[in-house]
Formats: sequence, structure tokens, C-alpha cells
Amino acid sequence: MALLDVKNLGISFGGLRAVNEFSLEIEKGCLYGLIGPNGAGKTTVFNLLTGVYQPSDGVILLDGENLVGKKTIEINKAGVARTFQNIRLFKELSVLDNVKAGLHNHYPYSTLEGIFRLPRYFKVEKAMDERAMELLSVFDLDKEAATLAANLPYGKQRKLEITRALATRPKLLLLDEPAAGMNPNETKELMETIRFVRDEFDMTILLIEHDMKLVSGICEKLTVLNFGQVLACGNASDVLNDPEVIKAYLGE
Amino acid sequence: MKKINKTTRSNLITYGMVIAMFVIMQALVSAGRISSLLQGLLVPLCAYIILAVSLNLTVGILGELSLGHAGFMCVGAFTSAFFSKCMAEAIPAAGVRYVIALLIGAASAGICGILIGIPVLRLKGDYLAIVTLAFGEIIKNIVNILFIGRDENGFHFSTKDTLSLGLSMDGEVIVNGPQGITGTPKDSTFAIGMVLILITLFIVLNLIHSRSGRAIMAIRDNRIAAESIGINITKYKLMAFSVSAALAGVAGVIYAHNLATLTAQPKNFGYNMSIMILVFVVLGGIGNIRGSVIAAIVLTLLPELLRGLSDYRMLIYAVVLIAMMLFNWSPKAIAWREQYAAKFRRKKQKEV
Repeated sequence: MALLDVKNLGISFGGLRAVNEFSLEIEKGCLYGLIGPNGAGKTTVFNLLTGVYQPSDGVILLDGENLVGKKTIEINKAGVARTFQNIRLFKELSVLDNVKAGLHNHYPYSTLEGIFRLPRYFKVEKAMDERAMELLSVFDLDKEAATLAANLPYGKQRKLEITRALATRPKLLLLDEPAAGMNPNETKELMETIRFVRDEFDMTILLIEHDMKLVSGICEKLTVLNFGQVLACGNASDVLNDPEVIKAYLGE
Repeated sequence: MKKINKTTRSNLITYGMVIAMFVIMQALVSAGRISSLLQGLLVPLCAYIILAVSLNLTVGILGELSLGHAGFMCVGAFTSAFFSKCMAEAIPAAGVRYVIALLIGAASAGICGILIGIPVLRLKGDYLAIVTLAFGEIIKNIVNILFIGRDENGFHFSTKDTLSLGLSMDGEVIVNGPQGITGTPKDSTFAIGMVLILITLFIVLNLIHSRSGRAIMAIRDNRIAAESIGINITKYKLMAFSVSAALAGVAGVIYAHNLATLTAQPKNFGYNMSIMILVFVVLGGIGNIRGSVIAAIVLTLLPELLRGLSDYRMLIYAVVLIAMMLFNWSPKAIAWREQYAAKFRRKKQKEV
């Protein structure tokens, strides 16, 4: 059974059918790409998957559990984490605290235990610190742990966002244009990072991307979206050579 | 590990500063160096510091502008004064009565915070500020039309006047509408106020540096991202808002138990007061708890210390306000301060 199984997903904003009859099947451990021209509805699909928008019709099954109708935080608890096209970090918090915020639901203690500094506070905070530093060192961010997130260079902010998403222990990681605004070197490093995340964390990844080099370099499977409709899907090399897809991207 | 030490040290400096201020003030009072007018300001000063710290929790940590903070103070003041007056004979021990009054004041203001927070926290920015301002005024006005009396048949309520309470001959009016509550026991002292400031600081600072505080600040920095990593927005917003309200209630208790007659006027519980607290918070630095304490002290004592200059004192007060604002918020001043701090640090390193 596929980890993520989306069937006939659709949403309308007034008279505009933004996404129509969208279906997607992602096997566990797969690196899946979602591509399409500007305004094709890619980010809308992400917003549907994470409960930001409620779909007008269709089902979203994660490991057999229906996600339609759930709120964003419930979907995150069910195992979907995401990054954003325009980076959304907690800018006034330190790098370490950004990751610790991601650990929020997995290292619980009550507010009162926090205020009165009961033994559990120290125990859990210590475990949190250790886990967060472990994650940060995986992404080579451990030296910047005390820096404010806003002061990180752009490429590291992207990495930190991925780290924070992974801290929530997802089954499925959604990356929204991770290479946006990066130079070729940074993009190359990012490709390695994404592949590394898949292998190291045994993660299933769905990513939206415009950078064809990145897509053809790391995605095993692709779905192409155009005007809210699935244009093609299948193995990356087949899809990228599909005349219909080339037409949608480059025009006739 | 070093970072943790840094926050602990910063917290200890804040506590130490408050204790040092208490010792200095006590020494000056016992040496007779302080005018009676200034002495009369010490207890309200404690209330103002607590108000500033608690409002900073809403404005600086939660990141929502609230202009109704005096309203929560008003709730705390009136419920606790009502309790203390009713129980003045039943509980003769002032200490016990005061502690219960504190709990009642904090709880009622906190509950008010939750009730108001549920609808209001759906709003953001300016809209939230306007609605909280309105709620603050509503609370004050409700208190102004409230008449409560007591006789052998129990309590009587009215919103008209004392006559319509229908009290028997030996009944007494406790809350007398615009005339407020008269004869609350004057239990608040400077020392008690200082202890309560320390407790407030303890609660607020520990809350900020805990899991819940991190969640609250995450919501402040980016609500959408906080939601995406599974943080319950409503829960933590309400928590910060109601804790802030409850602490304002504590300030109200201190304030009420320092007055012979407690009335709700624009001056003490209206928006003038809310704005004044906000001035403390903004001048001390939004999100900077220690700054709120300092700003509250300076701005409360300054007009009194300048009294000798008679007509010019409000002028100087205004100039100080502007100077502090520039020092805290102007980009050039911030850059200069950072440069200076870096230089200082380098010098220190060389010495080591």
C-alpha cells in the first residue's frame, strides 16, 4: 500500500477550479516531484494536503488514515511536515529554539512544571537539547545553535526549515520550492541534503520545484500539473521527455 | 550549555536589581531621606511594575497589542477589595486575608482574560488593540453602575442606586456605584509589593524560558509555521493572555489595598492607565522584561523627583520620554550601542 494515496482531489475558489481530479500515489521512501508552470496549482495541492484549505471533493489517505477535514496541527501529528516557498522561520528565536519548537509535541511537560522548574522540566529540556543538537549537527548547523534564525545566511535558513520539519517526526516531508533563490552551488548542496535526508531518516519526500536540474537530478517519480489538472505522471525520465509536458513548459 | 547559563544569569540580574532597589528604598525611608509624597508612591509603584511586566507578556512575548490592561487590573482590584471588606471581621488575620484576596483577584482577572480572550484573540494587530480598549472601558463602566449591599438576608444587587437595593435597617452598602468601595483594609505594604514583583518575575521569566514560552514566541514570529509544526495556536495564545490578565489582577489587588476609597475612574482604570502601562513596556523595550521594570520605576518616580522644578517638570518628563525612545529604538542608536558593546567585549578579552 502506498504511504500517501490521493484520489480525485479538487477545490474551487468561487468560480475558479484551482485543482481538479488530482490523484497521486507515493510509495514509502520515494523522492517524488510535483512540477508545473506558474499558477498550475502546485502550492494549492500542498495547502490541501496540510489542511490549510479544505478540499471540495476527494480523499487524502496517509497510511490508510483519511486526512480530509482535519486541521493543520492534527495533520502534522498524523505525520505530515512541510517547508514553505517563502521561508517561514521563527526569526527572533535562536536556531536551537527553532528546532526545539519542532520537538514541541514529542517532549511534553506541563506549563506548571515549566514555571515552577520541577525535576521533569530539567529532564525533558535536557533530552530536547540533546535531540535538537543531534539534528542540527546532521545538517551542519550545530555551530550556529545560539544564533538568531534571522541572522543565518539564506541557504542555512532553508536547511533549518527542513531540520525543524524533521523534528516533528513526520512520515512524509513536503518541500515547497526548496531551491528557490539559490545559486547553482547552493542548489547542488541542497540536492545532496535532500537525498541524505531520504536515506538517513528513511523519509518519503514530495517536493515542488522549478529548477529542472534539481528535479531531473533527484526525483524518481514526477507528476506534472497544468491548469489544476494532472498532465502526466510516472518515472522522471519518461515524464520529462513527454511531448505534452515539453509543450506545457516551453510552448509550441 | 553556555546559552542556558546566560539566560539564568540574565534572570538573576533582574531579580537582584529588584532586591537592590528594595534595600536602597528601605534604607532611604528609614533614614528619613524620602518625602512622604514619594513614600506614598512606593506601593502604587509595585503595582505599576507588575502591570508593565504582565503587559510585556502580551505585547512582547505573544506579540499582540492590548490596550485594555487596566480593565483586568480593575477586575482584580474590585473583586479583592469586595472580598476583603466582606471578610474584614470573619478573617481578622490580615496576612491570611490578603493571600486569599490575592488569589481571588488573580483568578477573577484571569477568568475575565479567558472570557475576553476567546473572541478577541481571533483578531490581529490594530483590530485587537481597539477591541481590548473597548473591553477595558466596558469593565470600568460596569463597575461604575454596580451597587452591592449586604444585610441579614444576604447580598443585594442593583444597577440603579443604593435605595433600590432594598436593604434592611442594619444592612451596609459594600459597592456604592461611582463612589466605589470605601473602607478596604490597607494591607498592602512596600515589602509585600516587592515580594509580589519577584513572584511575577519568577512566573513570567520561567514561562518564557520553557516549552510553553517557546510555543508562544513561535506563534508570535510566524503563526502559519507554528501551526504547521503542530503547535496549538488557540491554546497558547489564550494561556499567555490569561496569565497576563491574572498578573494584572494581582497588581489590582495591591493597588486596591492601598486606598481608603477605591473608585473606577478614567485616571486609574481607564484607557489613560492602559496607555501609561504600554508606555512603560515600549520604552523599556518590547519583549524585554528587565527593561519594563526599569521604565516603570523611572517614569513613575521622575515626575515626583522633578516636583521642585514646578512648571518645567512635565517638559523634562516629555524630553526624557523622547530621549529614551530614541535610545531604545532608533537604528543609529542601536548600531552605536552594538559597536560599543563589541568594543567593550574585545577589551575584556584582551585583559583575560
